[in-house]
Amino acid sequence: MNDSHKPFVAAGDIPPSPPPSSVVGPVAWMRENLFSSIPNAIMTLVGAFIIYSLLASVIPWLFLDSVWNATSLGNCREIDEGACLAVIKERYLQFIYGFYPEEERWRSIVAFVLMIVAVWPVLFAGAPRKMLYVSALYPAVAYWLIWGGTIWGPVGVMLGPVIAIIAYRILNPVLRGTSMEEGIAGILAILLAGLVLVLWWLFGVEVFDGILSSVVFIGLPVVESSKIGGFLLSLIIGVSGIAGSFPLGIALALGRRSNLLFIKAMSTGFIEFVRGVPLITLLFVASTLLNYFLPPGTSFDIILRVVIMVTLFAAAYMAEVIRGGLAALPKGQYEAADALGLDYWKSMRLIILPQALKISIPGIVNTFIGLFKDTTLVSVIGLLDPVGILNPIRADQNWNGIVWELYGFIAIFFFIFCFGMSRYSMYLERKLQTGHR
Amino acid sequence: MKVKGAIIAAAAVMAVSTAANAATLDDVKAKGFVQCGVSTGLAGFAFTDANGVWDGFDVTFCRATAAAIFGDANAIKFTPTTGKTRFTALASGEVDILYRNTTWTLSRDVDLGFTFTGVNYYDGQGFMVRKSLGVKSAKELDGATVCIQTGTTTELNLADFFRANGMSYEPVPIETNAEAQQKYLSNACDVYTTDASGLAATRATFEKPGEHVLLPEIISKEPLGPLVRQGDDQWADISAWVLNALIIAEEKGVTKANVAKLAADGSADPEVNRLLGKEGSYGEMLGLPADWAVHAISAGGNYGEIFERNVGESTAIGLARGLNQLWSKGGILYAPPFR
Repeated sequence: MNDSHKPFVAAGDIPPSPPPSSVVGPVAWMRENLFSSIPNAIMTLVGAFIIYSLLASVIPWLFLDSVWNATSLGNCREIDEGACLAVIKERYLQFIYGFYPEEERWRSIVAFVLMIVAVWPVLFAGAPRKMLYVSALYPAVAYWLIWGGTIWGPVGVMLGPVIAIIAYRILNPVLRGTSMEEGIAGILAILLAGLVLVLWWLFGVEVFDGILSSVVFIGLPVVESSKIGGFLLSLIIGVSGIAGSFPLGIALALGRRSNLLFIKAMSTGFIEFVRGVPLITLLFVASTLLNYFLPPGTSFDIILRVVIMVTLFAAAYMAEVIRGGLAALPKGQYEAADALGLDYWKSMRLIILPQALKISIPGIVNTFIGLFKDTTLVSVIGLLDPVGILNPIRADQNWNGIVWELYGFIAIFFFIFCFGMSRYSMYLERKLQTGHR
Repeated sequence: MKVKGAIIAAAAVMAVSTAANAATLDDVKAKGFVQCGVSTGLAGFAFTDANGVWDGFDVTFCRATAAAIFGDANAIKFTPTTGKTRFTALASGEVDILYRNTTWTLSRDVDLGFTFTGVNYYDGQGFMVRKSLGVKSAKELDGATVCIQTGTTTELNLADFFRANGMSYEPVPIETNAEAQQKYLSNACDVYTTDASGLAATRATFEKPGEHVLLPEIISKEPLGPLVRQGDDQWADISAWVLNALIIAEEKGVTKANVAKLAADGSADPEVNRLLGKEGSYGEMLGLPADWAVHAISAGGNYGEIFERNVGESTAIGLARGLNQLWSKGGILYAPPFR
């Protein structure tokens, strides 16, 4: 028998050969994702060309040919043809602090660091719950640090709620002891406590501040609002607007869905009115009209006025976003809360709002981001936020004519903050995911 | 516009009837500084330096006013105002005086309830074109595309000018000067029109200023000056005479450098002696110290020095004196006699 006619017998498994290069590796990936069809291939090439031409002009401009050391725009142009970043180098402190006095700048840094500490327990569940007390105290501390003055003013303002609660504790049993119906007595006690709070803030704080300051003076040098600008101002307005509009928006959303006619009418009227006018109109009211209505000589701080207006404006939008979340909940959830025998506040707090807010997260963050970017509108009323501070810098004859570098710098700042907020909202959505979708 | 004017006027009346009953000078002295409204930023006229200190042509006049009152050019606080907030800021008492390249017009002077106390810069609307266009006169601009700031008097002046000369144009509306620079440089419009000082300042920022020309025609009068609330004559007088003193100082050769010496030693010229408080009691008449003008001049020099340092031909802005030259040297700058 000839050897060549021996039948083939496999002695073992054939070792697996690697898949053909057409289905794995970068080539396959590109074929599948970038060149799967002729139109896609064309789109890919066009896209690649656009990206290339963008980078080809931006990278040399921003990195290779840019000038960091120059005294004026003309000087920059003599040195190299790229971006004149010397203006950023010379003026970045003004972009951050406005005209905040140099020797007091540490105060705004401390306020910023404390802000991160205060925000931590609010945003992340991992933080100790006791930290929330720090967060509650933060507004007064930040105000004192940034504006200076005696410490007793902010302390007095923070004492307000404490005094109101004491007033309620005293008034409630007294009123219930009278012949009034119990529900009405409760509401009356709340209203009176609220009145005490307002009176305390309007008149009591000043007296309190005056007396204590004359006994023990603890204070920082005063920094006027006109000195505050740049990113510091954006953050002050943005953060207080966000912090204020969220609870106010929830209250308004609940008010609009309330069965009590008065509360419902007030909430609806407020929301529709504020949403019906542009923010810029409210800012003009804050900056100019209020001056006429207030008695001459009252110095109602311009930044405070703007913060109030921005907060009210954002609250109206926030209310509608949250109302959307409330409306999206199945009716069964409300009925289930009632069936458990929970009263209105408990059912809202424990059953309805947690679900409604979770649904509304993208909308809420959307409103926050919009609010933060809207803070640049204050440049129209002469406040020196980053966009506002551009003008006096560009008017300096050394830097007159610079556009891209300065606007780009501001854009990067806003992008970082807005992108951060957006990422946080995605984190929150993932964390609260309960698999209903 | 009518409504806005009415509101401002009503507010001004309210402000006058309440706040301004007390003399502004007394209020200013009581608080220890002058609150001055300036532009949020106009090349050469109001800007901030690297240390955040306000400087510029308008700003220096404000500082001189403060120096006349307090003897200290830093006894002043600045409120940056936009074109929209400037009048309400003044009417409501937020600022004491407004030095914000504001054109003196009848309605602003009368209807809005302000008093213009002088002119510190005579401006007028001009045109800038590319040299390559070969245009020599604004009358050759028929059919041109024009970059124009919306909602300003320049817009109205432009329409008037083209209609009067039987020409047509295509407006390219823009919002700010920065936008105009970009539009004009990217050939979105053939012509850029605004106040001549603004054009010169803008051209100075171009990479190749030589490729652009300012046309000779000036089509409007834009007298820019300080204004105060109507109804307080003493304060208006102070504002007016600080400006006049700086003009007279230039006329008489009193400069920042020699003012202290002249004030100490006296001068052969009696008007200089009156100006510097060596003779007469002119400061007292204004409610100011006798040497008020010495301090005002020390703040930033006389009119000519302020002009040269901030916007003059030695600066990047490079404006010629033109109409703003002294009357004795061919301009129209003319201050009443100091006696």
